[in-house]
Amino acid sequence: MKHVLAALVENKPGVLSRIINLFSRRGFNIESAAVGETEDPKISRLTVVVEGDDKVLEQVTKQLNKLIDVIKVSDLSSGDMTGRGLALIKVSVDRETMGEIIEISDIFRTKIIDVSPKSLIIEVTGTDEKIMAFIDLMRRFGIKEMAQTGLIALARGAKATTIKKEG
Amino acid sequence: MKKIGTAIILESLMEEGVEVVFGIPGGVLIPLYDEFYDSKIRHILMRHEQAAAHAADGYARASGRVGVCIATSGPGATNLVTGLATAYMDSIPVLALTGQVPTTLIGNDAFQEANITGITFSVTKHNYLVTDVKELQNTLREAFYIASTGRPGPVLVDLPKDVQTAETDYKKDIKINLPGYKPTYGGHPKQIKRAADLIISAERPVIIAGGGTIISGADEELRELAELVMIPVTTTLMGKGAFPEDHPLSLGMLGMHGTRYANYSVMNSNLVIAVGVRFSDRVTGKIESFAADAKIIHIDIDPAEIGKNVRADLPIVGDAKNILSSITNEIKIQIKKEKTKDWLAKVKRWREEYPLSFEESGETLKPQYIIKELYKTTKGEAIIVTEVGQNQMWAAQYYLCNRPRRFISSGGLGTMGYGFPAAIGAKVAKPDEMVFDISGDGSFQMNCQELATAVQNDIPVKVAVLNNGYLGMVRQWQELFYERRYSGTKLGYLPDLVKFAEAYGAFGTRVTRKSEVRSAIEEAIETDKPAIIDFRIEEEENVFPMVPAGAPLDEIIGGN
Repeated sequence: MKHVLAALVENKPGVLSRIINLFSRRGFNIESAAVGETEDPKISRLTVVVEGDDKVLEQVTKQLNKLIDVIKVSDLSSGDMTGRGLALIKVSVDRETMGEIIEISDIFRTKIIDVSPKSLIIEVTGTDEKIMAFIDLMRRFGIKEMAQTGLIALARGAKATTIKKEG
Repeated sequence: MKKIGTAIILESLMEEGVEVVFGIPGGVLIPLYDEFYDSKIRHILMRHEQAAAHAADGYARASGRVGVCIATSGPGATNLVTGLATAYMDSIPVLALTGQVPTTLIGNDAFQEANITGITFSVTKHNYLVTDVKELQNTLREAFYIASTGRPGPVLVDLPKDVQTAETDYKKDIKINLPGYKPTYGGHPKQIKRAADLIISAERPVIIAGGGTIISGADEELRELAELVMIPVTTTLMGKGAFPEDHPLSLGMLGMHGTRYANYSVMNSNLVIAVGVRFSDRVTGKIESFAADAKIIHIDIDPAEIGKNVRADLPIVGDAKNILSSITNEIKIQIKKEKTKDWLAKVKRWREEYPLSFEESGETLKPQYIIKELYKTTKGEAIIVTEVGQNQMWAAQYYLCNRPRRFISSGGLGTMGYGFPAAIGAKVAKPDEMVFDISGDGSFQMNCQELATAVQNDIPVKVAVLNNGYLGMVRQWQELFYERRYSGTKLGYLPDLVKFAEAYGAFGTRVTRKSEVRSAIEEAIETDKPAIIDFRIEEEENVFPMVPAGAPLDEIIGGN
């Protein structure tokens, strides 16, 4: 089963490599990882998607929490969450396929961000499923190149993964 | 007040109460070593950085305080790695200070540059590269705090040369700010109540005490609980000394080379109270069949240990000392019934039927006999440090240990070459105690250069080398499971250890007959010098009993 973990970590050099190192040392598989600053510049938020049963998830969470630079870890997939990823896809085009590609792109509400006579770059955002479905549809036109971000996610509603300010 | 980096380092060490450090200087550490020249802190010059880390570790285990080791950049720092991994596996508070090339050269493959923080991520509790002298004082304070609190462990602080020489304000009072580090000490009251209920109603309870019991200083609390409810106690290798081994409730060590009666008791129990253990594969045997009928109460300060290897029916996260005394108080409130009488009788029968045993044969030197003689001669009062392998297991089986911090051994990592330098560290921590390293000829040769350290610094440790000419434990496995194909295990040539000792200015003697054992030990004790006894033991003696790797804990071979 896939789990989405959100970890608040100190925004310091080396923190990401510490976390990645932990995953490899403990034999956990990361499906994707995305990291960026939070509303507090001293703190970064890491979103990792891991595959594994509940026991694996429990160990990942506990081991992450053991890292001194990790402040808080929550399992977003245990509740109602909303997650998005982004992919940039460079697709081959010619006169015949151009219309069809644009049509499909519209249905998926993507953006075409670069156009040349032989290729388009399409920006697609959404859930993993949506992005995968779009990529699959583009395959027959010929994907020249592709880049994907990891999933980022927040819990729905007022509940938030933040740090209580002390004092 | 303005101070340069090196002065801040020394000042910080003094503030933390550091009296001694183990190290070797190098190019980028010349500024720091210049500071040691006038310092009250004792610097013990080792002969290899690995040994410096082990000595700091041995110091920490014997004293309960943070052990400090120092190594230069590059090869000095990488040589620490095995020592840090050893300390990490056994949760030992060690602070490693490493020199680093100047910040301006980091990343350029400068002379003697190594990315030691990157290299040691997996073998330290935490580590730091200090790139700004303003961060130095805070970092050192945090490093000591992290190393010594919660589940202790090694912390490394990497110190670039220009940070050592830069100047900044030295603050009298600094606060630690570690939002991601908050160890839990008190156990959850409801879990404690539940544990008390389970313990009171259990008919066949057994306590497994591990290294965490010793780290927590919970030995008295453990004894009180065991005696109150009359529960038999077994310890892991790391827990040796957490409970007096001459106590009627003591079952000795469990696990692969544990006593049969300890293993049978665990396997037949209906309640396991595990205190500060991490259920290593050497302890549990085949995990699926481990104490299958028992409920397991798992007390540990590290939440990640709960449920990692063995299911925990009742986890309690916190400090063993607090939790054990709370459980005992809870039990005292309730009416005490003699529930364990039949169980204790059964355990007693196992003990009588399957005592630890070995075959005596004339004048041939048996390692078990030597350890027993060492135990008698030292009245069980020596601090025992071991190497790794057969020597370690014989020491654990036959040298009874009644107090914490007196049996020192590399349990988790199993580092050959650990014992001798760790013994040096232990002797420095406890100069008035007798310190014996129980060694094999293989292990001793892995760090025997430290005899120079012991002689130069007047650290009279005693080494009992159980010399069988083999890497004995591997040879034993080859004998039992690989048709005696002794591939790569015959050491064959060992330098004359008596001459070796004498060459270094230490005392050396050789024992080939049983009748000489006692007097050789006495001689080694009497001399003021470090001493090495070369015991020429039966070459193919095995450690029994033994649970083959991966077998259930009660499928035991040998020993009876």
